[in-house]
Amino acid sequence: MIVKALYIVLSVALVTVWGLTLTGIVRKIVARVHGRIGPPVWQPFVDIIKNNAKRTGISHGVMFYLGPVFRIAGGMGTFLFIPVLFGSDMFSNFSFAGDVFLVMYFIFFGQLGMALGSGEGGHPYSAIAVARGLAQMSAFEVPFALSVISLAVQYDTFSVSSIVAAQQGSIFSWTMFTNPLATIAAIIAMLGMNMHSPFDVVIAPQEIPIGPPTEYQGSFLGMLHTNRGIFNGAKLILFMNLYFGGATTIPEMIVKTFCIYMISVFVGVSFPRFRTDQSIRFFLGIPTLIGVAAVILYWL
Amino acid sequence: MHNKETLPNLGLPEHERDLFCDARPRVSKPLASYIEKFLNWSRANSLWILAYGTGCGAIELRPLFTARFDISRYGMAPRPTPRQASLLMIGGYLSVKTLKRVIRSYEQMQNPKFVIGLGSCTVNGGMYWDSYNTINRLDHYLPVDVYITGCMPRPEAIIAGFEQLKKRIKDGRAEGANQYAEQFDWYKANQKKIITDWNMPDYNW
Amino acid sequence: MEQINELKARYSISDSRDQRPDLGFITVDPGRLAALLAELQQVRGYTHLSFITAVDYPETGTFQLTYMVHNFESAHSLGVRTVISRDTALMESVHHLWKQAKTYQRELKEMYGIDFPGSPGVDDPFILEGWQGPPPMRRDFDTRAYSEKTYFPRPGRKTSDPRRHMQSRLYPDYTPFEEET
Repeated sequence: MIVKALYIVLSVALVTVWGLTLTGIVRKIVARVHGRIGPPVWQPFVDIIKNNAKRTGISHGVMFYLGPVFRIAGGMGTFLFIPVLFGSDMFSNFSFAGDVFLVMYFIFFGQLGMALGSGEGGHPYSAIAVARGLAQMSAFEVPFALSVISLAVQYDTFSVSSIVAAQQGSIFSWTMFTNPLATIAAIIAMLGMNMHSPFDVVIAPQEIPIGPPTEYQGSFLGMLHTNRGIFNGAKLILFMNLYFGGATTIPEMIVKTFCIYMISVFVGVSFPRFRTDQSIRFFLGIPTLIGVAAVILYWL
Repeated sequence: MHNKETLPNLGLPEHERDLFCDARPRVSKPLASYIEKFLNWSRANSLWILAYGTGCGAIELRPLFTARFDISRYGMAPRPTPRQASLLMIGGYLSVKTLKRVIRSYEQMQNPKFVIGLGSCTVNGGMYWDSYNTINRLDHYLPVDVYITGCMPRPEAIIAGFEQLKKRIKDGRAEGANQYAEQFDWYKANQKKIITDWNMPDYNW
Repeated sequence: MEQINELKARYSISDSRDQRPDLGFITVDPGRLAALLAELQQVRGYTHLSFITAVDYPETGTFQLTYMVHNFESAHSLGVRTVISRDTALMESVHHLWKQAKTYQRELKEMYGIDFPGSPGVDDPFILEGWQGPPPMRRDFDTRAYSEKTYFPRPGRKTSDPRRHMQSRLYPDYTPFEEET
């Protein structure tokens, strides 16, 4: 029991550090593409320290406190039911039959908590961003859910660990090759989930200040930033597990999650921003059809 | 009735006074020296800017984010909301009307917070020194950490100003927010002397 | 402009001149101004009010108001001028002809103290919030004295003429023939 708890702490620490470093690396890469020098790779850590070092803070009520707590609970919840490394005692986290549902629920749990918290902040921009975020979230949920259903039909299981186990062997037993339609639908949904351009209208820098966390400062913001590391890492590891054969060693995990994240980054730097109605139409169009096709194909 | 602890908020109509906070700003003591040194290092290397483009200075801030000057390499980033920013940049002359908004923005920022006055106009009024509606000295209304002179200063000068500010922060001398809290009455008296239609709380959280 | 000549007799236009083919100025009595503008707008095709502005002449104790109107068909701008007394500083409002006139009149009230009775919101502050001094754009208002009294001037301010400064830097031996006063 204690050993398991220690392992969990270790694996959360691993994903936090890797998630934050990944954002730092990507910022650096994007800066180099722009022809800039860019912030140092450890900049996200400095930002978190600075935010937690603010001496004063203001609150707007109980829900305002709970918003970041829910957000980080969503991030941790997502992460704790995904095996980071397949077959490893230390980094396998929890697993049980049907945990893929729990994971999918946790992905959206944080957003809902944040919506309540920032709603109490009372800033009009928060409310706008929350409305946009929830609308867009329900849209990309559709292709992602269809894709997961297709996987469940394919592997006849609802457990992430079993799905990973079924993909072991050679590279050609990865879902990417055995069920390409589901993979495509899920990757497109991931673009929305990672909130890079063209789906970054929720945060919408330069338009509505900073989205839901407009009123959050100090350690609230530090918590949200920490969660960004955990949640980013958890989502990437989930996609790696479901579609790219999981990982058995830490270097393999790092390389795979980095490559998956770069899909988002490449699309993000290449395309301008969608409006909310455009992105909803987009997600409910071709990606949903691909998802439906993936389900039907495995049903037959 | 108001005492030494609370603010009267006389500028607000009577029925609105309950809706606003009447607490005074408090001085936050720095922590033990070695911890504070580390925290100051992180503050200096992660300055988030709230740019208040009142005058021509706003134009000179843009080049800082381009590939040529790129202040993101110092860990600086523009931040659109005062709640999250730690550095208020006053970009040029301040009329009485804009000063009111600047004070609101400054007070909404959280301690520790720093102010950079950009251009001669914030130092002594610059070319608008004898105008009927622009203030002459910013440091009578807000605690200013660094002035960058020039009309307007080049981006290189602004970066040098940032370096100066970082040095001040690392030395633990950039305690403008505490100074504001300590001499709150003096600052308020100066502000209210020129902002005659004070229709907001005395301290805007 | 023959149009102007037609109007001249009826509105006792005292002075008219064409500055450019597309720009002319006429001067009229303050009492006839609103009627003249109404005719210009509704009959003569000057449908657009570009701006209203004022010039202060403390020497003669007058304000000169200029109403710039524009005719889109002939692409001609016409400045209608009138001179009012500085002491009373009263003028008829033209907001019934152009809605936007009320904004200009509000500004003139604040900056020059010229009142336009009946103009909507003419007493509201326009740019200066809570201004208590005399109207700041009047020429007898000493902005420098006001600024020094109000805005905590920083001591030690030096002003140097750029021309003389550069001359002494670049040509130290040069002495101009006549020293300007």
